[in-house]
Amino acid sequence: MKNGSIITIENLVKSFPIGGGEFTALNGISLDFEKGEFSGIVGPSGSGKTTLLNILGSLDTPSKGQTNVLGTTSTQMSPKVAANLRKKHIGFIFQTYNLMPVYTVYENVEFPLLLIKTPVAERKKAVLEALEWVGLSDKIKSKPPQLSGGESQRVAIARAMVKKPDLVLADEPTANLDAENSHHILQTMEKLNKELQTTFVFATHDEKVIGYLRRIIRLEDGRVVEDAYIKK
Amino acid sequence: MIALKLAYKNLMGAGLRTLLIVFVLSLAYVLIVYMNGLYQGWDRQARIESIAWEVAEGQYWQDMYDPYDAMTLTDAHAPLPAALEADASKGKTVPILITQATIYPEGRMMGALLKGIDTRQKILSLPTGELDPDSEEITAIVGTRMAKSAGLATGDYLLIRWRDVNGTFDATEVKITGIFKTAVPAVDMGQVWIPLNKLQEIAGMPGEATLVVMDESPEEGATIAGWEFKGHDYLFKELEDMIKMKSTGGSIFYLIILALALLAVFDTQVLSIFRRQREIGTYVAMGMTRKQVVGIFTVEGAMHAILAVILGAAYGFPLLLWTQKSGIKMPEGTDDFGMAAAEHMYPYYSLALVLGSIVLVMLTTTLVSYMPSRKITKMNPNDAIRGKIQ
Repeated sequence: MKNGSIITIENLVKSFPIGGGEFTALNGISLDFEKGEFSGIVGPSGSGKTTLLNILGSLDTPSKGQTNVLGTTSTQMSPKVAANLRKKHIGFIFQTYNLMPVYTVYENVEFPLLLIKTPVAERKKAVLEALEWVGLSDKIKSKPPQLSGGESQRVAIARAMVKKPDLVLADEPTANLDAENSHHILQTMEKLNKELQTTFVFATHDEKVIGYLRRIIRLEDGRVVEDAYIKK
Repeated sequence: MIALKLAYKNLMGAGLRTLLIVFVLSLAYVLIVYMNGLYQGWDRQARIESIAWEVAEGQYWQDMYDPYDAMTLTDAHAPLPAALEADASKGKTVPILITQATIYPEGRMMGALLKGIDTRQKILSLPTGELDPDSEEITAIVGTRMAKSAGLATGDYLLIRWRDVNGTFDATEVKITGIFKTAVPAVDMGQVWIPLNKLQEIAGMPGEATLVVMDESPEEGATIAGWEFKGHDYLFKELEDMIKMKSTGGSIFYLIILALALLAVFDTQVLSIFRRQREIGTYVAMGMTRKQVVGIFTVEGAMHAILAVILGAAYGFPLLLWTQKSGIKMPEGTDDFGMAAAEHMYPYYSLALVLGSIVLVMLTTTLVSYMPSRKITKMNPNDAIRGKIQ
């Protein structure tokens, strides 16, 4: 692992069995991500963005090659170790928000802290702070079905950020949002990235998101065709 | 704790479906407790009544005595052993002599057992005080069932015929001086009770008895030659077997209700796992292992049983308490098959019964909740997050 890197990927190959054969979703990927990056994996549908994001999030394992995510290598990645890594160090933001409908906004944001057994007082403070970051302090008692798409995604951001993770993985976070809401949540994430030095990795093909990224990794047919840092 | 909280929230969110399942499960609880309580109450009541009217603390049987073999009854008598005779004079035992007889009520002919009993006895509830051992005529008491089947009333004279010890037939009239009501058919149906001394006299069996009812169980190991002690274990075996048989039959009813409730829980779990794949994927993404997610869903299913206990207690507790206090009126003729059964049966709900029912329903509900939840361990979390059907 390079100095300053929190993620290192070496010659990553990911294949899936399809019918009698195999489909290679990622082929020979080598990348490094440093702390505090605001980067995105971009490319057309089927290029392997989500597959790469899932491997970074320890939701999937490589077929070949090696990864090192926050000091844990893919060879050490048992289901329990992977779950522990996600629980303590990784936050997820999904295209469809994936909030728990029976929980209030407060309870949804509180959930990751319950999993890591944060003490009550500390937990309350963290949840209120996270909701303040995303501007939803007045919605703590609302339930997801009562929220707009933009509000739901902001709750999802608060949920991902509440435990102050080292890494946030966002898979098409603006796909279901209009332009105004998209910019709003991207600005929120950009602000959190700067304030908390959290590493953000997006998987997207949305130009609005791409406009905010400071690093763009372009994938095509499972290969990196471009890895560029953007000066802002 | 998280699992419990989540389960509670999800169940409350499901609204009417949860209420329906919880209600049917609570019905299963209440029915299990009620039905078993009824049989336990019946068993207790039958034991109490039988102890009071028939068996007391046990009986010594003459070696030949077999209540189910009429052929040996003729020979099932022997002089009362000295030890038992001494106790009889102190009121600690009740000797009973039994012979076969034929009675002729209103010109009809009926088989009966003629039982001689010490009229001074206080151990059994039989109203033997209504028998006169010293009168010229033979006095007799019968139970209400016998009185009904033979058309007898107090003051009636009844012709009886019997064979004495030598096999000689003889006959006389006895006067019905009392009719008693008992819940124990074994001392009523087909029986005529007369003073012991009179039966010993007319049967030619002076000082003899067929069985001796005891006020206290004899010391362990104490034996009397020619007599065998029968304790409660032996004497109530038939009663227990019969109650067990009836209880097994009755259990089919509440097992059907329980099965319906469990089917609903199973169905809900299958539907829940199918509809909430995205939620399952999210739990995994947030750091739960798939086994932990299985735990959440299992707890959620099992919580139906917990809510059912609360609901069941809310309406079942007063209902069961009321049945325990006021009793259940038994249908006419319940006691006709020879089992002690009072007009009102008072169910008995023991703590073990209530706790046992709770454990049974909880375990079965948890099991049927777990079975469909196992599917989660085979789910691909990436597909689950997207809600892809797996």
